[in-house]
Amino acid sequence: MNTLQHIPINLYILLSAVLFSIGVFGVLLRRNAIIIFMCVELMLNAVNLLLVAFSTYLSDAEGQVFVFFIMAVAAAEVAVGLAILTMIYRNTGSVDIEVLNKLKN
Amino acid sequence: MIKLIGLVPILPLIGFLITGLFGRKLSKGITSIIACGSVLASFLISLAVFFEIKSSGEHAVTVNLFEWISSGKLHVSFSFLVDPLSSLFLLIITGVGFLIHVYSVGYMHNDEGFSRFFAYLNLFVFFMLLLVLGSNYLLMYVGWEGVGLCSYLLIGFWYKNTSYNNAAKKAFIMNRVGDLVFVLGIILIFVTFGSINYTEVFGLAKFHGTEPVITAITLLLFVGAVGKSAQLPLYTWLPDAMAGPTPVSALIHAATMVTAGIYMIARSNILYTLSPFTMSIVALVGVITSLFAAAIGLFQNDIKKVLAYSTVSQLGLMFLALGVGAYVTGVFHVMTHAFFKALLFLGAGSVIHAMSGEQDIRNMGGLKKYLPVTYWTFLLAALAISGVFPFAGFFSKDEILAKAFEHNKLLWFLGSIASAMTAFYMFRLLYLTFFGSFRGTKEQEHHVHESPKSMTIPLMVLAVLSVTGGFVGLPAVSGMPHLLEGFLEPVFADSDMKMFPSHISHETEITLMLTALSIAVIMIFLAYNFYIKQKKIPVAEGVEINPAQKVVYNKFYLDEFYNALVTKPLNRLSDIFYRFMELRFIDAIVNAIGELVKQSSKIVRLIQTGSIEFYLLMMVLSIALILFVK
Amino acid sequence: MTIYLFYFLSFIAIISALLVVVSKNPVNSVLFLIMTFFAIAGHYVLLNAQFLAAVHVIVYAGAIMVLFLYVIMMMNFNKEAEPSKTTLSQFIAVIAGGILLITLVGAVRVFDVRFATTDNVHTAIGTVENLGKVLFSKFLFPFEISSLLFLTAMVGVVLLGKKNTY
Repeated sequence: MNTLQHIPINLYILLSAVLFSIGVFGVLLRRNAIIIFMCVELMLNAVNLLLVAFSTYLSDAEGQVFVFFIMAVAAAEVAVGLAILTMIYRNTGSVDIEVLNKLKN
Repeated sequence: MIKLIGLVPILPLIGFLITGLFGRKLSKGITSIIACGSVLASFLISLAVFFEIKSSGEHAVTVNLFEWISSGKLHVSFSFLVDPLSSLFLLIITGVGFLIHVYSVGYMHNDEGFSRFFAYLNLFVFFMLLLVLGSNYLLMYVGWEGVGLCSYLLIGFWYKNTSYNNAAKKAFIMNRVGDLVFVLGIILIFVTFGSINYTEVFGLAKFHGTEPVITAITLLLFVGAVGKSAQLPLYTWLPDAMAGPTPVSALIHAATMVTAGIYMIARSNILYTLSPFTMSIVALVGVITSLFAAAIGLFQNDIKKVLAYSTVSQLGLMFLALGVGAYVTGVFHVMTHAFFKALLFLGAGSVIHAMSGEQDIRNMGGLKKYLPVTYWTFLLAALAISGVFPFAGFFSKDEILAKAFEHNKLLWFLGSIASAMTAFYMFRLLYLTFFGSFRGTKEQEHHVHESPKSMTIPLMVLAVLSVTGGFVGLPAVSGMPHLLEGFLEPVFADSDMKMFPSHISHETEITLMLTALSIAVIMIFLAYNFYIKQKKIPVAEGVEINPAQKVVYNKFYLDEFYNALVTKPLNRLSDIFYRFMELRFIDAIVNAIGELVKQSSKIVRLIQTGSIEFYLLMMVLSIALILFVK
Repeated sequence: MTIYLFYFLSFIAIISALLVVVSKNPVNSVLFLIMTFFAIAGHYVLLNAQFLAAVHVIVYAGAIMVLFLYVIMMMNFNKEAEPSKTTLSQFIAVIAGGILLITLVGAVRVFDVRFATTDNVHTAIGTVENLGKVLFSKFLFPFEISSLLFLTAMVGVVLLGKKNTY
């Protein structure tokens, strides 16, 4: 296919950077732990996109295998993370990260 | 067989590990089998190595185990040097060591620290073997320190007794003085020759003349030897070291460890030969120590103290031999002394064992009929040390005196006086202990018994050695070859080339021999006259004696002198340092640092809000900063 | 043609990602996130990574986001309870995110990534066959380890989800 001739890699890097920054922005902006979690997923996907792009441009399948592994880890992480959030909600009645300042004491 | 030399020190080390780690779980029988067996195996290997060296004609074999330190110019390998000198010492250490191990099985069988004792003893044998086998000064130093440690552990073996602990500390600290100077000597050797390997150092030293730096090296090494071999002025630890169990006194403080200094000087003979000044110092210190200690020995009443001063005196004679350039003779006396002094100590141990711990000869007497084996072996040893023909001591001591005579008549004269006193106090000890009537308590008399087989057999073996040990070094006048000199010749070949041989005529030699022999016999009869015929018994404590006697009885007040000169000022100085430096400065600095941290953390901890979003924000900004700076 | 497709997909991805962050209702956030994921899957197809595109849709859109939806439903948020930050901290968040973006973009500009992307690029690397070969030869061990990771995660989740375990 001729995708590669048409789209320079820089555009993919920029797109990933923008998506990643939006993820970071969301983490900083919101107080709802679930939204923050979703923003983390967004950041992970930005990185995935970059890996796939480089993998294609370098004709190396290993980058895609890495994405595969990241997906596996993300799935496990989401499962555990959401379970923890559920527990927090069950105990405090809220998922506001401002409530979770027990570190101080 | 030389390839197996690595096993010689390793076997006692394994013995130490087993008895030391699992001693509590093992029965006494198994502990003693492991401890004695490992030393016996070492002895057998040493024997094989000895004969291989003797027959193969090889002068020195270096067995390299591994590279130890490699830093800049300094290359130290963990390797063993097997040559006639070290193989002879191997035999003495493992042979006498084995006999004393066997003896200890009997002597210590009632002690609760049985396995601990054997662990220390095995460790000692390991370090002593390392000391004589090492092929460089650093390895010798490792062994040197190791035997010092074991000596400390064994003197303070009965650690519940404070005065024993003090004796152990005293030995350790006085040795430290010598060891420090010894290290300085090693460093100076490295600076001068760029190596601390024997072969390299001696190879280079051959081409040097008499230089100040070599005199400095030899003097430094000699101070190390003075500490370890208990010479003036660092000898006072040795008599106190008798606090340890008697087999320890026999092995460490008579037969092996204290001769490490002699070994070291014999090993570095080429350096000493190049420095006549140091040689004369060595001879002087040796002969003065010999006289001094023998004089103190005349008035001691503790059976082990007499032997301790006798050891110091005999070590002095060995240094005299080294100092007049008779290295072979020094080593010869080390060997014969190892036999008869070990025997004397073990005999004394047997007496103490029989007397239920009594060490004062004023409370003994008439033990001949109770302890026949001990008596006969002790008698043989006393004859040997007094230098009566044809026992071992006669040959070695006579050789020392003959060599001293060649060198300087005054040294010979002083040596002869020391030797005469030796004969006197040994027989004083013998008569007071074994003859006359029993002076102890009724209870002791009831309890007196001959020691078990495991104790008497080593006594008998050592007695045989004490009688025959001298025949390896027959004097020139006998027309027979001096076996030991022939065997050790390659070690001292370079030194011999540098020295001017001066042989005395056979007539002079015979005269000297007869003089020495007659002095010894006269002294023995003098002692007989005093203590058997006149039945004199040393006065009890507190009775007035004439001032000269009192000075000698109190060991010339040397301990008190050191106490006033070193210990007390040191205590006062440390007290001053404690009050001013420690409390005012060091404590203040430490407290200030603590206060600083406390105050600054009071401010810094305000940042720790505990709010996750604040942390997140900081994290993001920091990442951006890192990326930006990069 | 493909460059327009790229711009279109990128536009959707960025807009919906922004909407994820700013929507008040968590359910809307989830839906916008799913949209972002679909746009990213489109990018994967553009990049000849068809297998990964399929896996991406199945795992993220199909599994993970459904999990999110379930959790949000269980928690039963109402709009009033939705916590929001003060204006100041929102402003700081915007600044910090912007700084990071500028730094990243600046970094890309400075390094000026270019690759010799011409004829010898073979387009078949994203196929199932090719990925499978790499995955089961060079990455066999990590692959097996990841199964262990799942097992651990599963045990952990069950333990956490149980009531009165502490």
